[in-house]
Amino acid sequence: MIDQQVVLLTMIGMGVVTFLPRLLPLWLFSSRDLPPLVVSWLRYVPVAVLAAMLLPSLVMPEGQIDVSPGNLFLWAAIPVFLVAWRTRNLFAPVIVGMVLVAGIRLLV
Amino acid sequence: MEEYNISSTLVMKSSVFRGITRALPLVMGYVPIGFAYGVLAKQAGLSVFNAVAMSVLVYAGSAQLIGLGLFAAAAPPLSIVAMTFVVNLRHMLFSAAMSPYLKRWRKSELAIFAYELTDETFAIHSVGFPDGVPSKAEVIAVNVTAQLSWLCGSWLGAVVGGLIKDVRPLALDYTLPAMFIALLVMQIKVRVEIIVATLTGVLAVVLTLMGLGRWSVILATLTGATLGVIFGQISTRREGGEA
Repeated sequence: MIDQQVVLLTMIGMGVVTFLPRLLPLWLFSSRDLPPLVVSWLRYVPVAVLAAMLLPSLVMPEGQIDVSPGNLFLWAAIPVFLVAWRTRNLFAPVIVGMVLVAGIRLLV
Repeated sequence: MEEYNISSTLVMKSSVFRGITRALPLVMGYVPIGFAYGVLAKQAGLSVFNAVAMSVLVYAGSAQLIGLGLFAAAAPPLSIVAMTFVVNLRHMLFSAAMSPYLKRWRKSELAIFAYELTDETFAIHSVGFPDGVPSKAEVIAVNVTAQLSWLCGSWLGAVVGGLIKDVRPLALDYTLPAMFIALLVMQIKVRVEIIVATLTGVLAVVLTLMGLGRWSVILATLTGATLGVIFGQISTRREGGEA
């Protein structure tokens, strides 16, 4: 049995170390004018970080590279990508992705 | 005067409504994944209260799932906190990237915003903010809706966890990857960004294969954004004559 009191205290610590990295850069940087080079660097962060989180999850869902037909997440990504490119909205690609993955799982 | 108050309340209401609407794709991802977390939390031996408390206090999907594994393995509390810190360090990049857009916000408002800054809320805001930052009410409504859906999922999972074991038949586990694809696509406006996205993605895969684990996202992002600045400078210099 784990001690729920210890768990709760640990979680408070986890909360603090999660909140500080979320907060401090905003507090430090939003009140001043950053050098243009830094601002342009920060502009590339969203594209870079999204790609860095996304591609490994598609290409290596189980930890090693898997480009076999069985890697549903990877292959479904292609139509999802195309729909996203055409519609430029969030709902259509998500729905298409879910219908595809659910459909293929149902059939295979 | 009274008329003004009524109309400003209406404006406020419609901003909140817009924020909730914008968060809906995220809700579709957070409820099932929160649910899965809740089920696992129960299995790891957490009380329902603590299962939900972690979603309130920590509110970071992958860190919470890793935390469960460590709790179940009776790891020392300090090592769990240290692990959480490393896993969530990437949020510094999110926070820094949001800062140029939120210059007018008060420190307390920034704190409220930062508390609910996750991979997904960051992704949504980073698509929207360059076209003009919406009202504070709308921005916070997106974040609060997201966390509430995460809390609902966690609570449901912890309470009725035994009943539903698999979210896969509905493909609910694909909502977040699909949303990330869409957000990445919406993010890309110039050719340099396509190059940055491709190189950073490949680099993240390579670094993960090299065993860098949690650091690979951060390292790939730092490199990718730097390459973006360099390529951006080169291409503006090349087009400099025309501009």
